[in-house]
Amino acid sequence: MAKGGISAGLGVNESAKAPKNRINKKVLKNQKTLVLMSVPFAIYAIIFSYVPLFGWIMAFQNYKPKDGLLHSKFVGLQKFERLFGDDIFLKVIRNTFCMGAMNLIFGTVCAILFAILLNEFWSVKGKKAVQTISYLPHFLSWIIVTGICFDVLAMENGVLNDVLVGLHIIDAPINWLAYPKYFWWIVTFSNLWKETGWNSIIYLAAITSINPDLYEAASIDGAGRLSKIWHITLPGLKPTIMILLIMNIGNVLNAGFEVQYLLGNGLVQSVAQTIDIYVLKFGISNGDYSIGTAAGIFKSVVSIALIAIANRASKLMGEESLF
Amino acid sequence: MANSVGSGEAVRSLNSPKSNKNTESKSSVFSRRTTGDIIFDVINTIVLLLFTVIMLYPLINTVAMSFNDGIDALRGGITFFPRVFTMKNYQTVVAKQGMIDGAKISVLRTVIGTLTSTLCTALLAYVLSRKNFVFKKPLSMLYVVTMYVNGGLIPVFLVYKSLGLTNSFWVYIIPGMVSAWNMLVLRTYMNGIPESLSESAELDGAGHFTIFFSIIFPLSMPVIACVSLFTAVGQWNSWFDAMLYNRMSDNLTTLQYELMKLLSSVTNNNANVETMKNANNMVTPRTMRAAATVVTALPIVCLYPFLQRYFVAGMTIGGVKE
Repeated sequence: MAKGGISAGLGVNESAKAPKNRINKKVLKNQKTLVLMSVPFAIYAIIFSYVPLFGWIMAFQNYKPKDGLLHSKFVGLQKFERLFGDDIFLKVIRNTFCMGAMNLIFGTVCAILFAILLNEFWSVKGKKAVQTISYLPHFLSWIIVTGICFDVLAMENGVLNDVLVGLHIIDAPINWLAYPKYFWWIVTFSNLWKETGWNSIIYLAAITSINPDLYEAASIDGAGRLSKIWHITLPGLKPTIMILLIMNIGNVLNAGFEVQYLLGNGLVQSVAQTIDIYVLKFGISNGDYSIGTAAGIFKSVVSIALIAIANRASKLMGEESLF
Repeated sequence: MANSVGSGEAVRSLNSPKSNKNTESKSSVFSRRTTGDIIFDVINTIVLLLFTVIMLYPLINTVAMSFNDGIDALRGGITFFPRVFTMKNYQTVVAKQGMIDGAKISVLRTVIGTLTSTLCTALLAYVLSRKNFVFKKPLSMLYVVTMYVNGGLIPVFLVYKSLGLTNSFWVYIIPGMVSAWNMLVLRTYMNGIPESLSESAELDGAGHFTIFFSIIFPLSMPVIACVSLFTAVGQWNSWFDAMLYNRMSDNLTTLQYELMKLLSSVTNNNANVETMKNANNMVTPRTMRAAATVVTALPIVCLYPFLQRYFVAGMTIGGVKE
């Protein structure tokens, strides 16, 4: 529709085939309201998302709150050197990576498995019911979930110990949260309990969009259920899996805060502390803003690098990519 | 097992949800159930049943605990139903200092936070969905970048502090007023609304605010509902901001933060192996925590069945974008 310059803003470019987004007086005048509307949004983004980035300067300073950003002494990379010379921080990096990776791997595999099992379930009503139940924990806060976790793992009257002792798998109740060797698994399982159902939604949606003729054809060729899953469903899910993997790899380092913070205790500190907890502890509680900021920068930079690498790798393999 | 109950049809309609009407007659010829199919169905049913029990049992057990007498719960064996029924746990929770205040703040932040966030995010999405808007690219870049880069805990903390947001109710509202992710979801939907609608309104002399409030906003209702539900759940569930920014202000505590304090009073005991056994002996904390958990989860659990379809719709819309 060629309404052209008559209507304000919309359609201005269409009529004259003018180059897109050329900023000139006429366009600005036509789009005055839109421009005015976007000013507060731009200011908001700058204040709440970009101004904090200037705080990164702190990592290169001996930041003192009373001196502020302008007058604190610059120390170059000294804070980063201290950070990477710190055994605790190296352990913290390991913990964050390992728990993040376990989450990503088991989370993805379980969500896909769950989606496939649901899809193959014989009763539509049963399928709906299981789905409904499985999404619920996603909407509960981590406080509630970790509270439930404490109850399940409790030494006395904890259901896990009761079941395992009852089945004679273990002789006496185990205090699960007191041993570092169990901690990563507990975190992984809590995550699975909370998110598997939710994460499977997108895979279920992807499964339903697979062309049903493929299944028909496979049936004619005599394929069984398992081979249909293997040769049709899984390949059909591949693009979705790739996209979600790329998106989630960037989040690997973000996955480590709430559960570890709430479930961790002095006994398992060496495996429970993650970068975020470290930042909170050294930055806010101990008031060492510079070290905390340096650790935060490390996390951001690694996250972005991970996304870029995953994206590139996916592209090279000829799969989907984000950008 | 109940797997043999008329399942052939169900399986087929699941496999071919789109064309099940057309293929119904055809497929009945091939899909006779083999032994393999039956074994598969049995295993599948068992796995899903087990899964459901693992999902549900801890929740049901918590509810049962919350209604059970504390000392009696010590004996163990409480599973699906309370044994010695009591409301005392709930009375203790409600009487506990900070609970009522926390509940009030939680409700307030959920209502105000959801309204402002939905409105502002939708408005931004509207601005960015206008096809020829000159600053469309830079403005959306400004927001998309924030999804990947952020200043981190400490710089953000210092900025909030210098803005006077610490020890203030507004720290719950203002930082979450625009969500880049929700904006993308809303914009994707708004882009799909026929342009002719806003164009004809414009010819009739309607300004952008009129178009937004009387055309685009109502037409985007399905996504708006979904986005606001997500925001509301996020608001209700968040506790970290209360701990980090408003630790000093008892009158600004939230329900989740109060529950977290209950939780950490248990963990701190656990940290010391000696007192660990005693911690479970003073059984009141456990039943009381169960009651507090139920109170905190109740709004979400009650709304959940009604809202589920929006959640799911939103998840799929979110997945399609980018």
